[in-house]
Amino acid sequence: MRKLRALLGIVNRELMRFVHQRERFFAALVRPLVWLLVFAVGFRAALGLSIIPPYETYITYEVYIVPGLIGMIQLFNGMQSSLSMVYDQEMGSMRVLLTSPQPRWFLLFSKLIAGVAVSLVQVAAFLLIAKLMQIDIPLTGWWLLLPVLVLTGLMLGSLGMLLSSWIRQLENFAGVMNFVIFPMFFMSSALYPIWKMRESSQWLATACNINPFTHAVELIRFALYSSSSAVSLIVVSICTALFFTVAVWSYNPSRRFRAGRTAAR
Amino acid sequence: MQQPLQSSQLSSDTRSEQPDTSLNVSSLSYSYGKKLALDNVNLKIKPGECVILLGPNGAGKTTLFSLICGLFASRSGSIKINGYEVGSQSVDALTNLGIVFQSQTLDVDLSVSQNLHYFCSLQGIDKATAAQRIQAGASRLQLHERLKDKVRTLNGGHRRRVEILRATLHQPSLLLLDEPTVGLDIPTRAQLVEQLHQLPMQTNAALLWATHLVDEINPDDRVIILHQGCCVADGNTEQITQQTGTENLQQAFAALTIDEQPSYA
Repeated sequence: MRKLRALLGIVNRELMRFVHQRERFFAALVRPLVWLLVFAVGFRAALGLSIIPPYETYITYEVYIVPGLIGMIQLFNGMQSSLSMVYDQEMGSMRVLLTSPQPRWFLLFSKLIAGVAVSLVQVAAFLLIAKLMQIDIPLTGWWLLLPVLVLTGLMLGSLGMLLSSWIRQLENFAGVMNFVIFPMFFMSSALYPIWKMRESSQWLATACNINPFTHAVELIRFALYSSSSAVSLIVVSICTALFFTVAVWSYNPSRRFRAGRTAAR
Repeated sequence: MQQPLQSSQLSSDTRSEQPDTSLNVSSLSYSYGKKLALDNVNLKIKPGECVILLGPNGAGKTTLFSLICGLFASRSGSIKINGYEVGSQSVDALTNLGIVFQSQTLDVDLSVSQNLHYFCSLQGIDKATAAQRIQAGASRLQLHERLKDKVRTLNGGHRRRVEILRATLHQPSLLLLDEPTVGLDIPTRAQLVEQLHQLPMQTNAALLWATHLVDEINPDDRVIILHQGCCVADGNTEQITQQTGTENLQQAFAALTIDEQPSYA
């Protein structure tokens, strides 16, 4: 019961912060909507799509790009959460969390769940707007989409948490944009199918295939059509467990001791 | 007055013996790389006792506090809070601990009440009890009219009082105050110092109060002087001045930490 109260408290705080930061909500929506309504429309004519699973017929580029943009929302949200964790470390509120009488892994997991809850609100708003824009997205798979979004949100949030344990100052966070977010997003199946990439570059297609974000996007894509991709499910599950385990290890005080970092004071 | 909730009431008691000390630090050392920050520190605090940890900047006060609250881990020595080892029984140990950090750790975008409720949820306190304790504590610290205000709108003195209230909400048996009056103007500091001296009586908790300001100390307080990571004196003002052959605590403090004082020669 005490754990549940702590979990709800952490989720509630994250949602309150999200509500108070309205510009964050709009920024999270504007980014994928610009891609959907500007980029996708321009690319529609230039890019031909063949029928690949889970699609059973020809689809427009706007339809293809939707799962990638959902992944993009979760990717940016995961990084935003890690940014807020770096901010919390600088402002000290992370100390309040880490000195609570709960196991550290549980506190960090609760923080992840809170980030996922925020990303679900963003994704729901995005899907609603996309529907209103007459984008043909089947929502029959929502019952599968929801747990998939939780899993992909956990994976991307764990990655962000891991990064936040290594980054000591907000100023260093720009590097995350350049070295993590952009490569992960562009070297994935979010914007183009991998077979299309293979036509121009084999190594790029291989890189896309081993990118965990590709598998997160594919899992979302299949879930939208009430289907699932076993390989993607396994990759995302393993990556979630791996990123989270390393993140918990990184937040371990004895590791910080070994590192001897005065910045952690 | 409500008695502090002992952690043994919350979970099965795993202590090897019933403690007669709220805090027991023995043979504790810590270093940042090759720089020794704490050198074989031994310290015992009885329930309800007020102990001032006096030391110049860089003496190791914040490092000691970070070790006590589990933010750092040491390879040598042991720390027990109410009989619970901080390293191996951290959940039980932290249940008994309240902390006011040197830097402010409130979420400025949330209201005072939201900050306090968030903390209560981390401690596993139910909403009704939390509301009751917040009201009672806010009245005691003259904060009841500011509960709905955002922390951003509070001055430094009010923010400090909110943090003190927060540290006592879970009725800990040990309170750590890390230079709680830093950055406050003289009248606010004087008022806060008076309130802090009343805390052990009001909360029944032992108090470990780190400061470098001698004028915050009452003659009856037990004072431990920390210098270059070592405890160099332990006793009340009279005992320490007798030990050092000085006229007052200010002189005794200067004599014991002389290499830290600026040279005007």
